[in-house]
Amino acid sequence: MSKSEQTANTLAMAERIRNNPKFRELSSKRSRFAWILTILILVIYFGFITLIAFNKAILAAPIGDGVTTIGFPIGIGVILSAIVLTGLYVYRANGEFDDLNRQIIEESRR
Amino acid sequence: MKTISPALTAPLALAAALLVPTLAFAAGDLGPAAKQATNWHAIVMFLIFVTATLGITYWAAQRTKTAADFYAAGGGITGFQNGMAIAGDYMSAASFLGISALVYGSGYDGLIFSVGWLVGWPIVLFLIAERLRNLGKYTFADVASYRLSRTPVRTFAATGSLIVVIFYLIGQMVGAGQLIKLLFGLDYVYAVVIVGALMMIYVTFGGMVATTWVQIIKACLLLGGATIIALGVMAQFGFSFEQLFSRAIEVHPKHAAIMSPGTLVSNPLDAISLGIALMFGTAGLPHILMRFFTVPDAREARKSVFYATGFIGYFYILTFIIGFGAICLVANNPEYIDAVKGGMALRGGNNMAAIHLSHAIGGDLFLGFISAVAFATILAVVSGLTLAGASAISHDLYASVFMHGKTTEGRELSVSRIASLSLGVIAVLLGIVFEKQNVAFIVALTFSVAASANFPVLLLSMFWSGLTTRGAVIGGTIGLISSVVLVVLSKTVWVQSFGFAEPIVPYSYPAVFSMPAAFFFSWLFSVLDNSPRAARERAAFEAQSIRSETGLGAEGASAH
Repeated sequence: MSKSEQTANTLAMAERIRNNPKFRELSSKRSRFAWILTILILVIYFGFITLIAFNKAILAAPIGDGVTTIGFPIGIGVILSAIVLTGLYVYRANGEFDDLNRQIIEESRR
Repeated sequence: MKTISPALTAPLALAAALLVPTLAFAAGDLGPAAKQATNWHAIVMFLIFVTATLGITYWAAQRTKTAADFYAAGGGITGFQNGMAIAGDYMSAASFLGISALVYGSGYDGLIFSVGWLVGWPIVLFLIAERLRNLGKYTFADVASYRLSRTPVRTFAATGSLIVVIFYLIGQMVGAGQLIKLLFGLDYVYAVVIVGALMMIYVTFGGMVATTWVQIIKACLLLGGATIIALGVMAQFGFSFEQLFSRAIEVHPKHAAIMSPGTLVSNPLDAISLGIALMFGTAGLPHILMRFFTVPDAREARKSVFYATGFIGYFYILTFIIGFGAICLVANNPEYIDAVKGGMALRGGNNMAAIHLSHAIGGDLFLGFISAVAFATILAVVSGLTLAGASAISHDLYASVFMHGKTTEGRELSVSRIASLSLGVIAVLLGIVFEKQNVAFIVALTFSVAASANFPVLLLSMFWSGLTTRGAVIGGTIGLISSVVLVVLSKTVWVQSFGFAEPIVPYSYPAVFSMPAAFFFSWLFSVLDNSPRAARERAAFEAQSIRSETGLGAEGASAH
């Protein structure tokens, strides 16, 4: 296939994808999931930063009668939540969303 | 320098390092002579690493024939490998030496940086990675200019990239200089020259293939080394954090204050501003964004972020243990304390906390290993930065803006190699100018610029159909200029580097002002743009979104 034929082919495929309801489904599902997770990590992180900025006393409270403060598990928890959320996204995007994407590409190739 | 090829400079400089350890005594600021005896363990391990990486560069040079090889390793890196390489690219000297130094100096405050540097990764994954991979070829400017006007948008994006790269290089060079100065007793200037020369060799000859493998090896070494230090620390305290912290409170002059957020970010606005910079800055770093073009498709791009987030998160937890370990095992040992300054001030500067700790735990042999690891860390990061800077110059500015795409691949590659060499020289000079700065702060400032200039334009170009060339260029430029100017007028540069008595701007971090400004003006100048070009650009969004979401027509994509 020449380069111009390839471009024409890609354009035709793009047109079919645009009209495929599955594309709208994929697009809205994936972006909703991505934005929900984005808002989650923003709330978690800026919640932590707001505590540091406005209420250090909460983070300075010791756990039980030891010297370890509550700030430590909270800080480590923010790190772990970032790892867990990326894992969730990759699990769904590389599974469910990619399956749907494959169908869309397949159906556009006619 | 001009007449000697870089291939010769590095071995010469290294030979100088080996033959003239007595320079340390002449320098006079490195403590008693007896403690500066040449550390052969460190030297041997340095040499093994340098030899191995030069070997890889030679191998990579054979495989680097096309522009795709040079900029993107031919797109043949797997998600796991790229995750390692991203971790190697991202876990900088500022993270390893700088964060452990911050924890050593202020305790809990160091965690604020670690957490901020990690939470940018989910954002990269959810909003950036797959669309970036599907739309771009070699640089993020490919994506920003996908449906916008090539010349102005690429010029802006390349300028943003270069400013970020140069700021970031400063932090790395300073870390390198201090480290090698302490280990070899070699003059700071020679140290930064060695780093500059090696990175020029890796990038110029080996391109992205060599850079990727240097980063992967470095990530393994750094994760392994940091794990051993952290285990060594915990073993001394019966694997009990409670015991570690109790001892740290006893030793540290700030006592219990190190257990909670303190003075590092005293002003609430600074805390939020730093948070914004660290979180969104990651998604605007050109050397990080460039790594997504080395994988075959969006699927591998996503996987690489997950692996990278895991490695980096684990590493930051380790640096925290290392910082506290240094308080307990280094601060009260006169062997590691600066004889002149006294107190907790460390020999070689406070950025040496992790290095001294490795000696306290494993003696000379382990100190040698960790020093070699830190050296490898710096080399891997500066190589990634140099390659990103060089691609902004050759791919964006030279090939697209000046030559309007009418150039040969060979010529573009030559420009890129010349650019790598020039960036190396600039990095060395700036490393000398910024010798006395805390590297973690310089990197934090870099993130402010990345979050205010590159990130808003990249995000809007992929998500908002209304963005026009005029909006992107004016909004992005306002973000870029305001963040740089605010940084220059803040305490960090105006007082600490230029020596003025009072800062003009009372805030240390500009992102809380400059990032919203970039978004606002991008929006404003886009909606006010009624030109026919703007109408075409808005109409082109749908086709762009089909490609960005499905990967149809993506560079080197394997789906079809």
